[in-house]
Amino acid sequence: MSALSLHKKIEENTGLLIFGILLVSSIGGLVQILPVLNQQSLQIATENTRVYSAVELTGRDIYIREGCSVCHSQQVRPLIAEVERYGPYSRAGEFVYDRPFLWGSKRTGPDLHRVGGKFSNDWHRVHLIDPRSVIAASIMPAYPWLAKREASQVGNITAKLSALRILGHPYSDEDIAAADSELEGLKEIDALIAYLQMLGTGLSEDISI
Amino acid sequence: MDEEDNNLYHDKVVIRLIQFSIIWAVLAMTVGVYISAELIWPSIDFGQFWLSFGRLRPLHTNGIIFGFAVSALMATGFYSVQRTSHAPLYAPRLAWFCCYAWQLTVLLGGLSLLAGWTTSKEYAELEWPFDIVIAVVWVCFGIVFFGTIANRKIKPIYISNWFYGALIIVIAMLHIVNSLAIPVTIGKSYSVYAGAQDAVVQWWYGHNAVGFLLTGGFLGMMYYFLPKHAGRPIWSYRLSVVAFWAFTYSYIWAGPHHLHYSAVPEWVLSLAMIMSVILLAPSWASMINGIMTVSSASEKLKTDPALKFIVLSLAFYGLATFEGPMMSFPSVNVVSHFTDWTIGHVHSGALGWNAMITYGTFYFMVPRLVGVELYSLRLANIHFWMALAGTMLYIIAMWGAGVSQGLLWLSVDEIGELSFSFKDIMSSMTPYYALRLIAGIIFLGGTLLMGYNLFMTLAGKHALKVYAPAVSPAFGVSS
Ligand code: HEC
Ligand code: HEM
Ligand code: HEM
Repeated sequence: MSALSLHKKIEENTGLLIFGILLVSSIGGLVQILPVLNQQSLQIATENTRVYSAVELTGRDIYIREGCSVCHSQQVRPLIAEVERYGPYSRAGEFVYDRPFLWGSKRTGPDLHRVGGKFSNDWHRVHLIDPRSVIAASIMPAYPWLAKREASQVGNITAKLSALRILGHPYSDEDIAAADSELEGLKEIDALIAYLQMLGTGLSEDISI
Repeated sequence: MDEEDNNLYHDKVVIRLIQFSIIWAVLAMTVGVYISAELIWPSIDFGQFWLSFGRLRPLHTNGIIFGFAVSALMATGFYSVQRTSHAPLYAPRLAWFCCYAWQLTVLLGGLSLLAGWTTSKEYAELEWPFDIVIAVVWVCFGIVFFGTIANRKIKPIYISNWFYGALIIVIAMLHIVNSLAIPVTIGKSYSVYAGAQDAVVQWWYGHNAVGFLLTGGFLGMMYYFLPKHAGRPIWSYRLSVVAFWAFTYSYIWAGPHHLHYSAVPEWVLSLAMIMSVILLAPSWASMINGIMTVSSASEKLKTDPALKFIVLSLAFYGLATFEGPMMSFPSVNVVSHFTDWTIGHVHSGALGWNAMITYGTFYFMVPRLVGVELYSLRLANIHFWMALAGTMLYIIAMWGAGVSQGLLWLSVDEIGELSFSFKDIMSSMTPYYALRLIAGIIFLGGTLLMGYNLFMTLAGKHALKVYAPAVSPAFGVSS
């Protein structure tokens, strides 16, 4: 009976209703999500995982800008077929410098987490500019403009590295000072390829599944 | 503007929001049809960056969710909160501000997506300047809504208002937490969360954006408009109360079911799975409550397209909320994840539930708002069949595509070698994608019919005003 009378109160009081909703809906977040944010083990990098260089970071931002992640996942699941198809399954420690994460939710194209080193730079260049010249039936979009635009125009790289340093990525003053010159003369496609080539290289070599 | 309103309630802003909602529906579904076509003929982006699939897809989802769905929720929320409170809108000028500021945000936000400003987090793609504006408008929405409730003339707060209230409060919380980022330039920021932790926060947001916006908000719509339209009180008020709290409590836990077989800790995933299954109960409780409410008004159901839309939407709601918990089991998710099965699940909810209940509600509201008959009952009936056909075709095509992708990707022979290459599986999708394209065109066609029908209904009202009050609306239009 008392539960009902309590509820009658909530039902007739705007403030209580707001409070009730806030309370009930935040329990899940506090018990399930907050502990994950505090879990240190999810923040420890695997052996070969390092921060992105200025060029790779620019490539990653192009990947985000073009929405590659709506068609490509970056998350190999621990299943026989996936390890067979793509390579060793993904570990939490490989993603500690990924802001945001790019695991994706749809594989219209293949997973890309282990694509680093799988193809040559030239293959990527041709494929990105015109996928159908490589795979006739491909439904991947063509990205001809990437070969024309300057990588140095993709936002302010110095500001980017400084922002990431605030968030704890270990960039040195020298890294930040050299960033602009590293991008000099590169096209967007070069930066993107540099990013693709380092994807999934954060595990130590003796891990095969 | 306010003076022109019906002397008790502020309804002009409701009409304007309905108009915007329909415009966004048409635009965003056109984009949906276009990207469906791009998956068949990839070169129809003509090498233009702004027509590229990766940019148009977020435009489709943002246009639909923030343009169509949120405008519809604001419209129906403002309409029903006044009537269930017996009070006019609190701060009507602020309501107008919400209406226009929101449309402007969606418009500019859409353009920014085309320009490549994106966080890439699904349904939270808009960059930080928009996140701030969204938060401000959302708070104003809350002030108008809860202010109206506080001014109400009847003691109990009706159940539909709880769902709209939860929509406003929980979305505000999710939006703020998930969008926390360090801005770098006007169109670029870095999330304060990284890697696996970012994934967990994002899907806590993403799943509950679906939960409290596409599900909870629309349940608010259902709880007001269905009983109203059926001319019956809700079948069990107590059941709706229990369903509300169970829904609000359990939805929040389920987000990590988007991350099965990932590097996220096992206990988080198991908990999400369990809560997803529990979620079936409050979901179906609301569905059953709705269906029992109309069951005693079955005569009206045969003749009234608006009611038919609402009842059918409940069936699809039941389907999506049954399928969802099934897909939360790792053994099913292992097949469905990353495939078009997910897309089918999404659109059984999106087309079958969200769009259909909105259509039914608009057919109900617009004639009442302007005090005339619907322009054409026949067109509305045709729309009903087109919507049903489009939705069924869409879902069936995506189930076919999704289940075959899922099984073929995983299939290995006796010695553990992959049976099929990715490319072969990709190439075999064309027929399914073609079917989906046709489904989308049918569904969009129906939506256009509704736009025309409601436009003519509103225009009839206009003519009635300009000419003599005695002229019938049909006359007014043709002269
Ligand atoms: C419409 C969805 C779509 C988008 C968007 C997309 N891709 Fe693809 N991608 C595919 C498909 C389908 C394939 C498989 C056929 C092929 O290789 O062209 C593919 C293949 C690839 C491959 C070869 C992978 C392998 O292991 O064979 C790479 C690398 C790649 N894409 C990179 C990208 C990048 C980088 C972007 C963004 C600039 C991008 N893709 C955007 C659909 C897409
Ligand atoms: C009890 C209710 C529901 C449960 C438990 C549920 C569960 C799920 C699951 C398990 C997935 C797949 C995640 C993945 O493998 O990536 C999913 C995806 C999705 N569901 Fe539901 N679902 C429910 C109801 C709904 C409803 C009513 C809608 C309304 C539109 C909806 C919209 C979506 C969307 C948009 C996605 C795709 C997210 C993405 O990957 O981008 N769901 N849901
Ligand atoms: C004419 C009708 C529509 C068509 C043709 C259409 C088409 C599409 C297509 C082609 C995609 C991309 C799928 C992929 O990447 O493989 C998509 C995604 C999506 N659509 Fe639609 N759509 C339509 C209506 C709607 C409506 C009404 C809603 C919401 C209320 C909606 C919500 C979504 C969502 C949330 C996604 C992302 C799914 C995910 O990430 O898993 N769509 N749609």
